[in-house]
Amino acid sequence: MTEPATILTDLRRVLGEARVMVKAAQLAAYESDALTSFKARALAVVMPETELEVIEVVKICHKHRVPFVARGSGTSLSGGSLPVADGVVIALNKLNKILKLDPLERVAVVQPGVTNLAVSTAAAPFGLYYAPDPSSQQICTIGGNVAFNSGGAHCLKYGMTSNHVLGLKVLLPDGEVLTLGGSSLESVGADLHGLFVGSEGLFGIALEVTLRLLPKPQRYRTVLAAYHSLEAAGEAVASVVSSGLLPGAMEIMDALAIQAAEAAVHAGYPKDAAALLIVELEGEDRAIEAEFLELERVIRASGAYEVRIAQSELERLTIWKGRKSAFSAVGRLSPDYIVQDGVVPRGKLGLALKEIERLSGVAGLRVANVFHAGDGNLHPLILFDGREPGALEKAEHLAGEILGLCVKLGGSITGEHGVGVEKREHMPIMFSSSDLDAMKRLRLSIDPLELSNPGKMFPSGEAPALVSHAPHPLERAGVITRE
Amino acid sequence: MTILEIQDFIKSNASVKVRGGGTKPALSSVANLEMHELSGMLEYDPSEYTFTALAGTRVSEIAQILAEHGQHLPFDPPFLMAGATLGGTVAAGLSGSGRQRFGGVRDFVLAVQFIDGLGGIVRGGGKVVKNAAGFDLPKMHCGALGTFGVITELTFKVFPAPKAWATLQLECDTPKTALETMQKLAGSSFDLECLDVFGSRVMIRIGGVINALETRLENLQKFVGIEGQVTRDDTEIWREAREFLWVVPNAALVKIPLTASKIPTLEAKILEHGRTRYISSGNLAWLEWTDSLENLDLILLELQLSGLVLRGNTPRVLLGKQVGGVLLERVLNTFDLERKFNAT
Repeated sequence: MTEPATILTDLRRVLGEARVMVKAAQLAAYESDALTSFKARALAVVMPETELEVIEVVKICHKHRVPFVARGSGTSLSGGSLPVADGVVIALNKLNKILKLDPLERVAVVQPGVTNLAVSTAAAPFGLYYAPDPSSQQICTIGGNVAFNSGGAHCLKYGMTSNHVLGLKVLLPDGEVLTLGGSSLESVGADLHGLFVGSEGLFGIALEVTLRLLPKPQRYRTVLAAYHSLEAAGEAVASVVSSGLLPGAMEIMDALAIQAAEAAVHAGYPKDAAALLIVELEGEDRAIEAEFLELERVIRASGAYEVRIAQSELERLTIWKGRKSAFSAVGRLSPDYIVQDGVVPRGKLGLALKEIERLSGVAGLRVANVFHAGDGNLHPLILFDGREPGALEKAEHLAGEILGLCVKLGGSITGEHGVGVEKREHMPIMFSSSDLDAMKRLRLSIDPLELSNPGKMFPSGEAPALVSHAPHPLERAGVITRE
Repeated sequence: MTILEIQDFIKSNASVKVRGGGTKPALSSVANLEMHELSGMLEYDPSEYTFTALAGTRVSEIAQILAEHGQHLPFDPPFLMAGATLGGTVAAGLSGSGRQRFGGVRDFVLAVQFIDGLGGIVRGGGKVVKNAAGFDLPKMHCGALGTFGVITELTFKVFPAPKAWATLQLECDTPKTALETMQKLAGSSFDLECLDVFGSRVMIRIGGVINALETRLENLQKFVGIEGQVTRDDTEIWREAREFLWVVPNAALVKIPLTASKIPTLEAKILEHGRTRYISSGNLAWLEWTDSLENLDLILLELQLSGLVLRGNTPRVLLGKQVGGVLLERVLNTFDLERKFNAT
């Protein structure tokens, strides 16, 4: 690696003085992403404004063998945009243009710094929307969504980010630029845009993303059901599934999460419920009316002690408001928390929750559960007080045990947050050493110098500093949530 | 052949060409590794919406098992009755008219096990409907024509099948009107299982709860403003599409991804040598081609389109604009440095 001063001189030549940030106060703002228990200080944070500037920056990094991390809004929950100490952070927020929005072809071409919600907002006048809806969608960027294959509450029916990315212009770690996929839903040849999505920044940077837009559903029907036990709610999900219905979303919250959400936003949830289930159908008017009759029958027969059907858009939004605020609300119950997003086969949900409860008891840490029941994607929130010595380590240990449980039950260590820094040591419980070796070879073939977002996804020797840290300021303000 | 035998075969051969059901002859006519023995469902739990099967398993066998539980593969795999296998469907990256509503084969493949050029077993993806761990190796194999290795096992997401189907066929005055009607429907919020254009005919399939179908069909007709023909028992209509019964036996069959706006220029170029069926709102053309494939290659190149030859005599199955570039080279170097699997 070259002398830092030389690298900075080269960067300033391209970006000028002001957009190469090196002051301690400037760097501090980028030390962590939404996974605040990890931090690292970069050599510089740079703010390119054009595609060409990004390419130049990456070429400089490549020339000097400096590792770089591309970053959007820093909402990663797995430490995906954690800087590399003494590396360069490439903040892409200024590449925030929607380059094209074609209502007839129903595609949008956007720069990586465009926020997720901005795409749907721009598409709305045409009756279209962008389907993936991570809870941080107000501020998280498409570039980050692409890198980590973000999900949301509607993945079972609509898929994740990768199912909505049709094409990419990518910048490889050595400065090569190429186009993958296109504007069509179909392609021939290896699906390399599919491979690029979810590669956690290890294959380079997406400079332009072609997204598929969907016509907005004609109608939503939403039901909220309260149960005396989590198992009963889990069984209700199984009944919905076996009835042959395909809801757009099925969400469960446990007692702790319900209480927290109630305290925070007064959604009017039944406060004494051990579990709440939200099921939403969406689609063509007449079809949904007919399907909803079936759903209502299934839910009423599922042992729910209270069933509420949203009668208006306002009532529907109120039901969702509690659910969407659950994470920041739980955050109020405890100075710190970490959240996992392991996946279990849907049929094992009850078993998984019971085991999480047991592990939580053993660890002496409270765990709140909010999850995407439709696709078995858990979100256990482990509450702890970082000021207590050893509390963070204890919470991390419990988190690890929960991930092990997910894999043991036939699931995955991550449904939508990605591996990042946080779960890299857990990769070997899901993949064999030869699988990991193959992935590592792929990484090295694309980025032999391991410059692009190193230290993510693969288990490796030196772990970055684990520090206890208050929630992200945006999270405290309720702007972003951890799910 | 067992997995161990396939590993040995790869290690001891300089060229490995795989054949599944042989339903896409342009892709498998010179095969030396037959996959049909590597067959069978390994895991299927209907309540999980997933199954895992060996790659040589016939899609028809899978479809039958799924149907017994009211489920299906919504991407409507082509050449089902002709004997297409799961592995061949993924390797060729093929989806049928039913991809309209929920996506294609790439959107339903969850996990893969394959054997790379060194004979090593590699797994990628996860056996649950949602997973973000590791590189998306299952997607990488979609359309790769087996160039990264021999696919041995696949996990798919499945969905509940609609309880009833109906098809509405609209005979328009001209192909142009048909395309305009297709575009209008594609941008609408109707839930369509299939949306094809074949000449001046628009073919629309809907599915769902039986007692809502009648009203939905009426609403569709009102929306398009064209009197159409309704078929409630529509299996035969879509079998003809899925099995390519409409393609004359001696013609070449080519898959051409595109967008609806490119259709008029493609039509103007192919004229009397080709007949097209557009599926999935004009995102894909199936082309029946009677001229030389070299000529088609030039036409596609000029239009900046790519094509995949499924039937027809050609030394090169990928036509027109070539895709993948340096990234493809690097991925190939990872899994098959010696280019044992290079199908083209």
